[in-house]
Amino acid sequence: MTRHHTINAVISVLLGAILLAAACFAILQAISWNWSGVWAYREVFWRGWLNTIWISAAALVLSVVLGLLAALGRRAPYPALRWLSTGYVELIRGTPLLVQLLILFYVVADAVGLQNRYTAGIGILATFSGAYIAEMIRAGIESVGKSQLESARAIGLTRWQTYRHVIFPQAIRHIVPPLAGQAASIIKDSSLLSILGIEEFTLAAQQVNSATYSTLESYLPLAIGYLALTLPVSLLARYLEHKYRYET
Amino acid sequence: MLLHFHHLTKRYGDNTVIDDITATLDFPHVLALLGPSGGGKSTLLRLVGGLESPERGSLTVDHEPVPTSDKSLRTYRSNIGTVFQSWNLFPHLDALANIMLPLTAVHGLAPDQARARAEELLERLHLNGHGQKRPAELSGGQRQRVAIARAVAIRPKLLLFDEPTSALDPEMTAEVLEVIADLKSEGRTFILVTHAMNFARTVADQVAFLANGQILEQAPAKEFFSAPTTETAQRFLAKVLKY
Repeated sequence: MTRHHTINAVISVLLGAILLAAACFAILQAISWNWSGVWAYREVFWRGWLNTIWISAAALVLSVVLGLLAALGRRAPYPALRWLSTGYVELIRGTPLLVQLLILFYVVADAVGLQNRYTAGIGILATFSGAYIAEMIRAGIESVGKSQLESARAIGLTRWQTYRHVIFPQAIRHIVPPLAGQAASIIKDSSLLSILGIEEFTLAAQQVNSATYSTLESYLPLAIGYLALTLPVSLLARYLEHKYRYET
Repeated sequence: MLLHFHHLTKRYGDNTVIDDITATLDFPHVLALLGPSGGGKSTLLRLVGGLESPERGSLTVDHEPVPTSDKSLRTYRSNIGTVFQSWNLFPHLDALANIMLPLTAVHGLAPDQARARAEELLERLHLNGHGQKRPAELSGGQRQRVAIARAVAIRPKLLLFDEPTSALDPEMTAEVLEVIADLKSEGRTFILVTHAMNFARTVADQVAFLANGQILEQAPAKEFFSAPTTETAQRFLAKVLKY
């Protein structure tokens, strides 16, 4: 790219940013803020935010377990297990989370008599996320070279010992960075649990909104609250990616 | 050691790598498998090591048939020390841990026993001070010597070397060959696939010459190198020993 082009690009970006800022400023100026009304509900926000944290954390742990099982299942020596795992991964990855929530919550959870909506919500979120994590783990396992498996065979390791001593320690560097990214996705995706009446962060903001009729004042903290969680996780993911790339 | 092959056949897809070999190889300690690339040397070695299973036929090592079921094959392999061309160490483990892993995980040694044996071997292979290094921090020759230490540590009844110096420069090759020659003077039994002809001549008791999936001839090393009987072997030796 020539110097001339570079300057043009910089000017365009700057102009765009200035225009956007001006537009936002004009809109925000036109609004009569009602922060005090929302401030009165800060407890609701706080509780919802904390709920989002532990729901996401629980879903993450559970989805790593599910993902691991599915990844191992796809490599299992038993065809039935392979089909089951592949079916799970493809079915979940091929349908939207919202649809899964509706079907699994209103049909499946109901049918098996699962009453607790939190348990059900976390379970569904983990089922969803587990399919993606399964693929990350599978990719990590497949990144371990054939010669390594050969060596493991030559020294007489069993299948399980090969996973434990050879595959997992090497695959982990390929798995952890995308896994951290998936943690950020779970936090964002957990907002959909609000449609099940689970009192997480998004539902809390909706409740504040309907109580105060202050839409922007309710939803602006919502966005910032999510960013406060996802940004550190994304930074962690990037850090891990960088760290594992150069360390051999 | 006595190897016996009975109609041994191995294919990869349409490619017949070991073509119906029936033969007996009898050698006191060291057997060299020589021949042109793609002639079946490595595959024969891997069949003996239980790393491949034949399509047809069978083989025995000292009158014991090489097993065919997964589980007994694993036990069989665990008593054979194999050294490959390259990259057969585990990159996430340091040299010491590489040698200890089969001892603790497969052979049931206590960690301190395994450590003592590994340290003794590192010293014997002139690798003092390298035990805490990972493979990436070692030179190619050092890596291959650690691999040999790992193979020897299990006190195998048979050692297999699959082109152990093909990926090394001349100096490192010399380091590794020296170690292998030492193993012979210790009285160990091994089979060697190599392109280092002069080394094969000095270290091997017996030579089997393979081409096109067949054992074309076998003879004591001295005889083979001075007077090969088949035309293929004569041409092969003339070519590789020319320079």
